[in-house]
Amino acid sequence: MKYAYYPGCSAESTARDMNKSALAVVRALGMDFEEPRGWTCCGATAGHQTDRLLAVALPAANLAKVQDMKLDMVVNCAACYNRMKVANHEISAHPQIRQDVRDALDRDYDGSVKVRHLLEVLLEDIGLPAITRSLKRSLNGLKVACYYGCLLVRPPGVVKFDDPENPKSLDRLVTAMGGQSLEWPCKVECCGGGLSLSRTDVVVNLTGSILDMAVQAGADCIAVSCPMCQSNLDLRQQDINKQIGTKYQIPIVYITQLLGLCLGLDSGELGFEKLMVPATNVLKKVEANGHE
Amino acid sequence: MITIGKKQTGRALKDAVEKLSGVDLSVCFQCKKCSNGCPVAALTRSRPSEIMRQLHLGVGNELLASDLVWMCVSCETCSARCPMGIDVAAVMDALRRLAIERGAPKPEGNVPLFNRAFLKTVETFGRAYEIGLISAYKLGTGKLMNDTEKFPVMLKKGKIALLPPRGGDRQVVKRIFRKIKERKGATA
Repeated sequence: MKYAYYPGCSAESTARDMNKSALAVVRALGMDFEEPRGWTCCGATAGHQTDRLLAVALPAANLAKVQDMKLDMVVNCAACYNRMKVANHEISAHPQIRQDVRDALDRDYDGSVKVRHLLEVLLEDIGLPAITRSLKRSLNGLKVACYYGCLLVRPPGVVKFDDPENPKSLDRLVTAMGGQSLEWPCKVECCGGGLSLSRTDVVVNLTGSILDMAVQAGADCIAVSCPMCQSNLDLRQQDINKQIGTKYQIPIVYITQLLGLCLGLDSGELGFEKLMVPATNVLKKVEANGHE
Repeated sequence: MITIGKKQTGRALKDAVEKLSGVDLSVCFQCKKCSNGCPVAALTRSRPSEIMRQLHLGVGNELLASDLVWMCVSCETCSARCPMGIDVAAVMDALRRLAIERGAPKPEGNVPLFNRAFLKTVETFGRAYEIGLISAYKLGTGKLMNDTEKFPVMLKKGKIALLPPRGGDRQVVKRIFRKIKERKGATA
């Protein structure tokens, strides 16, 4: 199965571990990912807060490249996924925007490229039975709080991803890997997103309560699928502890890192060494009980 | 409580927000579901439902100085839960664009500077360049020492890229930014 893979800017920097583990998992499952040549930034939050056309034209430049490849676009970063979906929606719903985008890109794009999140492709195209058959290790009852954040599930009418208030995609994968996915109330709460640098106080406040809930639920780790959620919960965990007097040490892992481990891959191939809060407890539990 | 002084009212803000966001503000019936789900409403002086009401009542440009305008995290919970299907998040986007256009006071944390710094790296390299963005933002705010203790660890772990991104189609991105500037010039 071949797909056009849009990594997104953070894949080359703060989320190299997300990208590395995703590509390792995809290879292990026999999928073929090809990057669109010269892919560019989706504009992220700064784009849509600044100008409506900018917010659509930046993702559309990439969607147009993928249209030429005649493939579905797979996105792993929740923020990029959201911007691609919104751009498709805006271009399809508003002829004037389509025309403005044509003028900005110097080519027409009709909003028809199918945009899918990596989780959707894993669950729908490969499917849980096939994934389960490929597993070489189990999570051995690891207690995982699955955290979806905002941009994967909202706006629901546009992204149409899972249940917007109680999504289960990550939980289904965790359960299939032999982990225990926890019931907890922060699945779709916000981490503070792009305010990490400008309003660190807001981010610390929001991520502090998310970590608190995960700890209260008994989580060994939090599984994420968005580079901003990962960085706000992992990189800021020290700041949270300092500011609110807690001693949280809870690893924030990408779901593809967990899946990679269970597919029998080495932690070094999955970027585990890049996590600020080391996932020692996770690695111990999974690697100690491998049945390779 | 919402108070609007006689001299402060102006339909212009309401009209501009409706035009930019495509939202019909009059369908809001103040159920406050947006405020109840808003993750930052506990931290702000103004709440989304109050912003909606003030707009509907004809508030003027002073609304653009509300702290929620730039503390809103664009999580879209308000839009997802509005029983009338109002895209409240689009209203917030419209308010941010108007705050810039109409010269509203700089908010705490200067998110507009962060956004400009982010987009400048995209315009230059075709892709976002985190160290370039962080440097420009820090220079602009003068908060040079914030988070500096994290950099050595991040660099050692390869958790942040030192060099600017390569490989992005810079031509198409430069064209998009140029076209947007031309449009702004034409309407200004």
